[in-house]
Amino acid sequence: MRILNEKAIEHMALGASLLGTGGGGDPHIGKLMALDAVRKYGPVTLLSADELPDDALIVPSAMMGAPVVIIEKLPNGQEFIHAFKGLEGVLGKKVYATIPIEAGGVNSMIPIAVAAQLGIPLVDADGMGRAFPELQMVTYHLDDIPASPMVIADEKGNTVILNTITNKWAEDLARVLTVSMGASVMISIYPMTGRQVKESAILNIMSFSEDIGRIIMEGREKNVLPLEEILETTKGHALFKGKITDVERKLEGGFNRGLCKLSGVDDYKDMSMDIDFQNENLVAARDGHIVATVPDLICIVDLDTMVPITTESLKYGQRVLVLGIPCDSKWRSPKGLETVGPRYFGYDLDYVEIEKLAETKEPLP
Amino acid sequence: MSYKLGIDVGGTNTDAVLIDDQNRILSQIKTPTSEDVMTGINKAVVSVLDQVDIRRDEIGHAMLGTTHSTNAIVTRKNLLKTGVIRIGKPATMCIEPMIDWPVELLEAASCGTYMITGGHEFDGREIFPLDEEEIRQACADMKGKAEAVAITSVFSPVSSAHEDRALAIVKETLGDIPVTVSNEIASIGILERENATILNASLNKVARVMAEGFQKALKEAAVTDAAVYICQNDGTLMNIDYAVEYPILTIACGPTNSIRGASFLSGKEDAIVLDVGGTTSDIGVIKGGFPRESSLAVEIGGARTNFRMPDLNSIGLGGGTIIHQTENDFTIGPESVGYQITDKSLVFGGKILTATDIIVRLGMAEIGDSSLVASIDKEFAQAVFDRMMETVSNGIDRMKLSKDPVPVVLVGGGSVLIGDKIDGVTELIRPESFGVANALGAAISQVSGQIERVYSLDQIPRDEAMEDAKKIATEEAVKAGADESTISIVEVDDVPLAYLPGNATRIRVKAVGFLKQ
Repeated sequence: MRILNEKAIEHMALGASLLGTGGGGDPHIGKLMALDAVRKYGPVTLLSADELPDDALIVPSAMMGAPVVIIEKLPNGQEFIHAFKGLEGVLGKKVYATIPIEAGGVNSMIPIAVAAQLGIPLVDADGMGRAFPELQMVTYHLDDIPASPMVIADEKGNTVILNTITNKWAEDLARVLTVSMGASVMISIYPMTGRQVKESAILNIMSFSEDIGRIIMEGREKNVLPLEEILETTKGHALFKGKITDVERKLEGGFNRGLCKLSGVDDYKDMSMDIDFQNENLVAARDGHIVATVPDLICIVDLDTMVPITTESLKYGQRVLVLGIPCDSKWRSPKGLETVGPRYFGYDLDYVEIEKLAETKEPLP
Repeated sequence: MSYKLGIDVGGTNTDAVLIDDQNRILSQIKTPTSEDVMTGINKAVVSVLDQVDIRRDEIGHAMLGTTHSTNAIVTRKNLLKTGVIRIGKPATMCIEPMIDWPVELLEAASCGTYMITGGHEFDGREIFPLDEEEIRQACADMKGKAEAVAITSVFSPVSSAHEDRALAIVKETLGDIPVTVSNEIASIGILERENATILNASLNKVARVMAEGFQKALKEAAVTDAAVYICQNDGTLMNIDYAVEYPILTIACGPTNSIRGASFLSGKEDAIVLDVGGTTSDIGVIKGGFPRESSLAVEIGGARTNFRMPDLNSIGLGGGTIIHQTENDFTIGPESVGYQITDKSLVFGGKILTATDIIVRLGMAEIGDSSLVASIDKEFAQAVFDRMMETVSNGIDRMKLSKDPVPVVLVGGGSVLIGDKIDGVTELIRPESFGVANALGAAISQVSGQIERVYSLDQIPRDEAMEDAKKIATEEAVKAGADESTISIVEVDDVPLAYLPGNATRIRVKAVGFLKQ
């Protein structure tokens, strides 16, 4: 148990944004929302999963919608309360603590704002260890925890309670509602017990984000590029160094979809890289050969500062590093890959672990 | 004969050039930038005209690129107290306007914020109808307090209806007060767009004083018949009235002028420009005669903004860059002795080893007293020089968008640092008069016309919509003073607006032409 200070929150926002792999929203906005809530309502206590009573009610909180909408139409703040009160009403039980659903610039920060506002603790764990675009893409789902009852709340004051037969239905229905409510809403979902959190969640993710954020921030202060330290901490691989020559994107069903093309510099001169994304970066190919795929993490960071770049702010001419980080082992199970593997996203590819791809001398097809 | 006068105010120097109607340089001058900026401009105007014997009433155009706006924001001086209206309630309430501004800037530039019910969704629907009564109440509160007003509405780049209506009400109630609406300043990203909008509104007085001062300086120098223009950071000109409305668009016009001047001097319309100064070198890209734009969030005086800026890569290498020797190795910069180079570097009898000393040791330039660096090991000097060139080559490489080698135009006071060959560069051009590339860039600036409009592609085919937009942009450019026969379309951008009924697309076109003689 510890109290989060402002510095810790800033580091978490930055580090979580790297783990967001391009998705999870703008860390600047996430950080401002969390800091604003903490200043207004008081500090937040971070609990590790083993500190939770087995029968306590733990509810993940998150924003859902298009990142490009979230940076324009900011939340009201009260939708968090509406969503949680709505769920407590349905379940007839008080929420003991909240927990992030994913790591990312906004969705690692929303639970801090929720915890501050409701005066409840925050759990140091999440359901992805990174960011993913859909609601069933959580480790909770792999352990058959139902997403519903769930509550969706918008800034206008509307709330909708969903009870769905599968977690994929929760995603499909919530997505339609999200678009019609203005493509940026607050959700409370996957109500579970303390015991379920201990078994299903990816543990210590907030502290891990904080470590990553601190390394990047200290690098900036000392004016050095902390690449080696980041790779060591995340067990990651440097995949590419280059500049963005083109970004094609379209908004489809509330998702940003697109392709980012890079051309190499320094050691990667004369090489190119294509990165496909759907909110998050999904597949990276260097000179036509796959070097990393979802669910492993493909992270694009600024070449001079290592500050992570989200997919909605990718721009022509930016100079970047591309890192590949192994995902949590829960995602490498058959059900994990069925839920978030390359085939789910429409690629005719078998998943190969990033550490194997990095070792392979022969280019893969 | 019709002449043009170009002036560029930089951090260190204020430069001026006089050119004829064939764009030939008749005279040029470099004077130190004065603390009040205006004295330096006066001096530059007088000196550059005194060098030549022409009739002053034959100067048809006078252009000024200046740092007035940047200085005002950085020093927090002369900013108008701006009333901040944000339309979007109940959305956006969780982050107040200007929440992460430095306190001194906040106090200098603002006098209260007003959250108003209204705003739009991403697809153009209203979040809520605009609450006009709330705007009237905000106006009543601002009366006698606010010196300017900034209006930002959620998703105004998709629909400007609420900003337009709020503007009308503010003008109606508060009368002739400077007002800026956000859809004219920047795009999606409400906090950054709002910041840029507030800064623009608060700069109104600075811009007015600057414009009047420039006109007065010209009058005192007997330049009475010139049309007067202010440089924007996209390489085109604004007339005085427009400059007073949109002063934020002058920020970073210096590097833009330098890039355009270099392009003109070298005759290259597609190239990389390397501007080597005392502390840093700026690398910019010129494409079709205009600088490539970056639209990343840029901090100005501590406030994050997202309006258009020239895309620059600054590397820590200039004439005054300090070389640190370590046991077996060395490091280059990023510290520099800067303007104190004539006291501190070895060739001028100082004690600090700088990049300039290395060049003199290798016999590549004659600066100061070369005997003072004769004791430096030649192999060491060569190793330092090689690494300096590697830094430059990597910096250039980062700005290139294709693998093919590109021509590089070299300007700026520190350009002697650069050797005759850089990796990945086809041709290294060192134009004459490179020292006043920025003033020349101001003098040869063109004028533009822009349009941004939403077309319903169910009503009009895309080709026709595009043609219509190009026609309007061309007309705007002519209105701004362009010669119609020289106008070309330099930018076309169309963004489909998802979920809007009628297949709506936002089309943005920019037309640019030369000033009519």
